[in-house]
Amino acid sequence: MSDLHTELKRSIIEQLNLEDMEVNEIENDEQLFGDGLGLDSIDALELIVLLEKDYGIKLTDPNQGKQIFNSINTMADYIEKNRTR
Amino acid sequence: MTRLFVNGMASISPQPENIFNTGLPETFNENILPALDQDYKSIIKPMTLRRMSQGVKMALFCSKRALLEAESDKPDAILVGTGQGCMQDTEKFMENMLVSEEGLLSPTSFIQSTHNTVAGQIALDLNCNGPNMTFTQNSVSFESALLDAMLQITDEDFNNILVGGVDETSKEITGFQKLDGQIKEEKINNLHLFRSKTTGTIISEAAAFFILGKHKTPKSYAEMLDVEIFNAIDISDLNSSVLSFLNRNGLTVSEIDAVILGKNGDLRFDLYYDKIQKGLFSDICQIGFKHLVGENNAVSSYAFWLASKILKEQTVPEIFKLNTINCTKPGFILIYNQYLGRNHGLTLLRSI
Repeated sequence: MSDLHTELKRSIIEQLNLEDMEVNEIENDEQLFGDGLGLDSIDALELIVLLEKDYGIKLTDPNQGKQIFNSINTMADYIEKNRTR
Repeated sequence: MTRLFVNGMASISPQPENIFNTGLPETFNENILPALDQDYKSIIKPMTLRRMSQGVKMALFCSKRALLEAESDKPDAILVGTGQGCMQDTEKFMENMLVSEEGLLSPTSFIQSTHNTVAGQIALDLNCNGPNMTFTQNSVSFESALLDAMLQITDEDFNNILVGGVDETSKEITGFQKLDGQIKEEKINNLHLFRSKTTGTIISEAAAFFILGKHKTPKSYAEMLDVEIFNAIDISDLNSSVLSFLNRNGLTVSEIDAVILGKNGDLRFDLYYDKIQKGLFSDICQIGFKHLVGENNAVSSYAFWLASKILKEQTVPEIFKLNTINCTKPGFILIYNQYLGRNHGLTLLRSI
């Protein structure tokens, strides 16, 4: 697991108040929304803010979100390619 | 007239609910009292719970327990009184604004900072599409919700209404109440509150929720008869206002078995309570509760909980008594509460 994957999991746990969850309990390919982690639309807003605040990525097309926020792997890939900080 | 029975209830406060039976109070030596922690996860899903502030958690927990007791799955309406609303989230997003220099803000705390978050979250959890109202009227917020319950229950399709009062404290904003003398300067043991001869009081967080139904059940606690609000009242008019409220319910002072008073140890405004304690109700059992659960804008809901409990159990625990007059068979209880000499509420209940 890369540092970015671990960092992302930590940020998600902290930002989304997943208090009882540990980093190793989130699988890299686990779905973040729906049947997987069970995140909802408010969490999606938090993740958009997280991308911009921590990595300088501004999502302009809302339709991209579904693909980017599919799992930790897809988020990490997108961040690697688009980060400005 | 449609009758209203208290068919289920629950409260969270700085005191355990079983104080009514044990008479053993929690004591505090600070002037901002936290509510006792609960096993919230036992009835609220962890994924839902994670975003809830103290007020929302307390309100939803009490609502679900009250519904359970009333053996009802869903109320026909949700009416919540909260004077200060979701202060913890308000404080969180304001702090975020400062830290981020008005840059990117986390949306959750902003979304949840409004007063009606409480009633909204209850409705979402219960999947209740009925009327959903939040009343923010300082210390008569809960009484305003009760008034609405009296109106809503006249709807022939409505049988059960969820009514409650809740207020939470937050680290910084509650502390602001020290600045204008609402909180006592000196630290005080809560059990000594009524001996205090200074200004201010002890502030707390608490919630009490009720299922008010139009039909009496074997589990009913009491019947709520009437409620009245006076936003402003001169102390010289207090007696006549109380008498007129009793009169419209066909009662005289001598028919009241106990009076629950919102006395809070503030030298400036306990005069209102002193007046009726020494006057109209001098021969009647007097009950206090703020030395145990503190003061907040919706704490009259705790008084309503206490009155309902007394009327069902037919006993007044010593720990709540303000005088030595016995009340062996409580039939009618009057609640009188005000804060800072404004927003006075009168509520009348009777045993069933």
